[in-house]
Amino acid sequence: MSAAPQKAKAGAEKIDVTVSAVVPLNDLVTRFEFKRNDGARFPTFSAGAHTVVHMNDGGRQRLNPYSLMSDPSDTETYAISVRRDDQGRGGSLFMHRNVQVGDKMEITYPVNLFSLDLRATKHVFLAGGIGITPFMAMIAQLERSNGHWELHYSVRTPSLGTYVDQLTAKYPNKVKVYYDDQSQAIDLDKLLDGQPLGTNVYVCGPKGMINWVHKSAAAAGWPEANVHSEEFTAPQPGKAFEVRLCKSNKTITVGENESLLEAMEREGIDAPFLCRGGACGQCETDVVTSDGEFIHRDHWLEPEEQGKKIMPCVSRFIGNSLEIDR
Amino acid sequence: MTIQFNKETFRDDYSFKNSDWAIKRFPFPFHEDSYMYSVNMEQHRGGPEGSVYEKRFDVDEHYISEMEDRAMVLADDPLRCQSLPHMTLAGWDLLELIMVSKSEDYPDLFELHRDGDTWRWINKPMGIDDTFTFMDETTLPYGPMEYITRQTQGDFCVLDQRDDNLWMDAGMVTTQADWSLDFDIGMNFFEWHAPVPLAHEKGIFKRALKFLLNIPQGAPARRLNWTMTVNPLLDTSPENYHKWGIQKTTLTPKNIGAKQHLRVELQSFFRLPRSNALVFPIRCYLIAFQDIVKSPKWGRRLHRVIRDLPEELATYKGFIDNRPMMLDFLSQYDDGLPTSPGVFPDNETEPALQK
Repeated sequence: MSAAPQKAKAGAEKIDVTVSAVVPLNDLVTRFEFKRNDGARFPTFSAGAHTVVHMNDGGRQRLNPYSLMSDPSDTETYAISVRRDDQGRGGSLFMHRNVQVGDKMEITYPVNLFSLDLRATKHVFLAGGIGITPFMAMIAQLERSNGHWELHYSVRTPSLGTYVDQLTAKYPNKVKVYYDDQSQAIDLDKLLDGQPLGTNVYVCGPKGMINWVHKSAAAAGWPEANVHSEEFTAPQPGKAFEVRLCKSNKTITVGENESLLEAMEREGIDAPFLCRGGACGQCETDVVTSDGEFIHRDHWLEPEEQGKKIMPCVSRFIGNSLEIDR
Repeated sequence: MTIQFNKETFRDDYSFKNSDWAIKRFPFPFHEDSYMYSVNMEQHRGGPEGSVYEKRFDVDEHYISEMEDRAMVLADDPLRCQSLPHMTLAGWDLLELIMVSKSEDYPDLFELHRDGDTWRWINKPMGIDDTFTFMDETTLPYGPMEYITRQTQGDFCVLDQRDDNLWMDAGMVTTQADWSLDFDIGMNFFEWHAPVPLAHEKGIFKRALKFLLNIPQGAPARRLNWTMTVNPLLDTSPENYHKWGIQKTTLTPKNIGAKQHLRVELQSFFRLPRSNALVFPIRCYLIAFQDIVKSPKWGRRLHRVIRDLPEELATYKGFIDNRPMMLDFLSQYDDGLPTSPGVFPDNETEPALQK
């Protein structure tokens, strides 16, 4: 069909925003709030959605996904909470060090890869550290619709308990906080054992925690479809490598601190993407030839596809030569 | 522009007809002289002025009559509209999407006034002026999806998204090309597409599903699909096959130009904001063969497409038996000249029929 051919743009639609508040919450986490520049309202979003924040770091474009943690029905303001990652590639450091009230930025329309199962009779949330952010929005959404939920929130120390005070004050009977430094831990087996039929479990936190919850739930006989997780893999730095882009007829070098996707964008290649965290599948690219070893970091490719395909947003390559269909 | 709404029927005496305006803007589905399945998606962000692609939800001269036909179908068979309990939020999303779109796109026909959660909706063509509380079902005469889709042309499938799949968990389906919401309710994407030939083998559905799962908010998509219908019937449902199936045998070389209709679905896809569900409007447009061939390009092309269509597809689309008679009729309008690319009729530039 060619009624009005328009080339699909890479990534979700963008919204021009101004930073309206920067609120340090503790040593590691700061909340950033945004207002629209055009005075219109933000789109309502479904809890669990994220936005991709476009940062202009001294001429270098950085695009990082962050969960929207504001109330989904609040169309005046969007908010994200960013944990500073001193070992990361610099996106969160840029947010913490450079972004100030009044700055103009671009963010994308919300995209949800971690949505509530609206059939659930009860929602059990398991958060680890900064993994609390999507649950802030989920709690707001469920409170509005009288949803049945509880939160188990594991943090390192009381001083690093982002939003702990707010949550425990507002929902004293629904929120349980566990402090690592006091050797408190979620008693997962017991928790999974006592739930009514139709309960769904959601986990957001470090990789180890996510795997633990999936494994424990499976062992306890939970259906896979009732266990939800979101793990954004921030692209990790790695050794620089060369890649040949056969459609573009170009050979480029992926630097230590950039992803393959970012390197393509730097070279002006119009590569598709959506989540930039290895979860949505949009940037999937065929491998034409390769001589070396892939570092697959995505959650998308099936094991038998790995090596035939690569997810340029998070995955890397070490070896002699790589040619991809882009 | 002001639309003159037709007084017409899609049953019994079949007084349905397209004006010259409707013929000219008909969504002819073939962009070249042959047809095979493809995902053929494009963004749904407007189109040429006056075309059916221009607005988010196209309103045309058949609006009032189509809504009357829908009300009759629902009175006979309430199961044409179903919404599983977890889909009510998506129903509100859809109500909002349609009310906002129509009031912005057709301000002379529809108005939406919002004061917090108190909404006033004015539908002038249908004479509706209702005030209700958004998200409070008790303030509307029907559930939110049923309420708004009784006022909007086209069928609506509201698909829940979970487990990396889409689920047919709600819908309003009264103008369908021989499929049943009551049968498909609760099915996933692969289950409800199971009867389609050839496309599974080509991996079309896997690719289509991946595309649909990733449709983001603010970036709707669309595609066309098509089939054939004898008489301008909107309700070609399996439930009523005993009523309309037999009509396929009433075609004669004399009446085929008036009776045989090309049925085109303008399918669109919107991500819904609160529920993260996907709504899939399927808008049906009908055109008689005798009206298609008024555009020389369309006459030439339709003949070639129908002639060369694989047998499985002609069977699946339900016109294999009538194909020879269709080709006898259409071949009169094919002089072998080349056709211009694209779906539009190009009546100003395409040569007149040379025979």
